[in-house]
Amino acid sequence: MNRFEYVRPDTVAHAVKALADRDARALAGGTNLVDLMKYEVTRPSRVVDINHLPLRQIEPAPDGGLTIGALVTNSELAWDPRITKRYPLLASAILAGASPQLRNAATTGGNLLQRTRCYYFYDPSTACNKREPGSGCSAIGGVNRIHAILGASDGCIAVHPSDMCVALAALEAVVNVEGKDGKRSIPFSAFHRLPGSEPQHDNTMLQGELITSITLPASDFGSNHTYLKVRDRLSYAFALVSVAAALKLEGGEIRTARVALGGVAHKPWRDPDAEQALSNSPGAP
Amino acid sequence: MKQSAVNGKVPISLVINKVRHELDVEPWVTLLDLVREQLQCTGTKKGCDQGQCGACTVLIDGQRINSCLVLAVTRDGAEITTIEGLADGADLHPLQTAFIEHDAFQCGYCTPGQICSAAGLLREGRAHTRAEIREYMSGNLCRCGAYTNIADAIEDVLRQRVSTKEAAE
Repeated sequence: MNRFEYVRPDTVAHAVKALADRDARALAGGTNLVDLMKYEVTRPSRVVDINHLPLRQIEPAPDGGLTIGALVTNSELAWDPRITKRYPLLASAILAGASPQLRNAATTGGNLLQRTRCYYFYDPSTACNKREPGSGCSAIGGVNRIHAILGASDGCIAVHPSDMCVALAALEAVVNVEGKDGKRSIPFSAFHRLPGSEPQHDNTMLQGELITSITLPASDFGSNHTYLKVRDRLSYAFALVSVAAALKLEGGEIRTARVALGGVAHKPWRDPDAEQALSNSPGAP
Repeated sequence: MKQSAVNGKVPISLVINKVRHELDVEPWVTLLDLVREQLQCTGTKKGCDQGQCGACTVLIDGQRINSCLVLAVTRDGAEITTIEGLADGADLHPLQTAFIEHDAFQCGYCTPGQICSAAGLLREGRAHTRAEIREYMSGNLCRCGAYTNIADAIEDVLRQRVSTKEAAE
């Protein structure tokens, strides 16, 4: 691991200031960043320990939804009664990912910002456009069983590995960030991006911005939902393919459908065609 | 705002197995390396050092966590329990006794992590069946393949706890 400066701010304003440095990285649970630093895939000049920021609350949002602080752990979120009751799709997606130990450390914001699990990205002896722009892609023509089948580019076939984010895509969450130019809210569909010619950018956050919370809309799809994950082992493995599906039924008919796929693209993949085909159709064959 | 210079150390305070330690720690040192190298608590094992095997599992403020992925400075003020801190004096923790009774190990390298993880599982209280024990122990790998006996040992302690609780009610 490279040597770095360590800072531990108490306020979001101080954190944002400390993150202005181009090679600074925010550290929360550390379950991905510490790993990336050990492999020297990420070599920050400054690590900003954000664990002391007041971002650990789950609170009602003004429109009837819930706002989840960026530092709420994956375990806290998955087992919170408000989530298990109103957003059970989110709870089951979180519990399909990682292990209890990792979920106890990993945070809400960190889950969104975790990097791909492409083997070549983690191996600095190989070419990887995401790790080193312009160096090439070893996964194309290499071992790519866990890679993208949708939305890939000539330069990158990596996928976003999160389970939680697949449910957040289906639920149309909003990501709240803060940077030197103030606060803004990013719809979930516009947060992660496709690789195109710049696979080094996983998302649309600007340099120095920090995720402070995510907001779940009031519309909760609490009753008819499933998260299905196909993987090489029964548990504790990244998805080959996963799907978050949620329906609103009315008199036995599907009124609204949400379908998001995981493990198939550089971002959680909403499938509007499938949603449209299911909406306003009979609920049972 | 606490801050280190490049190459500088950071003063932190940790309670490890009920003993308070005031330490000066380089910020890139993991909790795993701190307990093993600086405090000589070598019961906690370094398996993969990547958060994949669970051999380094310890309890931080009661919660099971992979210590290899935790920079020690980020847990300033926390209470850490390692395998060395589970027993009550000469009395082994019920999980330690059950692992011995059920022969729940072969080489033993994953055992401290398995037992700390199982202690976290009991505290969480979400595992009620053997299938749930297996799912919630999925973060601890055993390359000898002693899983059957590991699950037996944990199931045994879980059942003892349920019957003790029922007897008390």
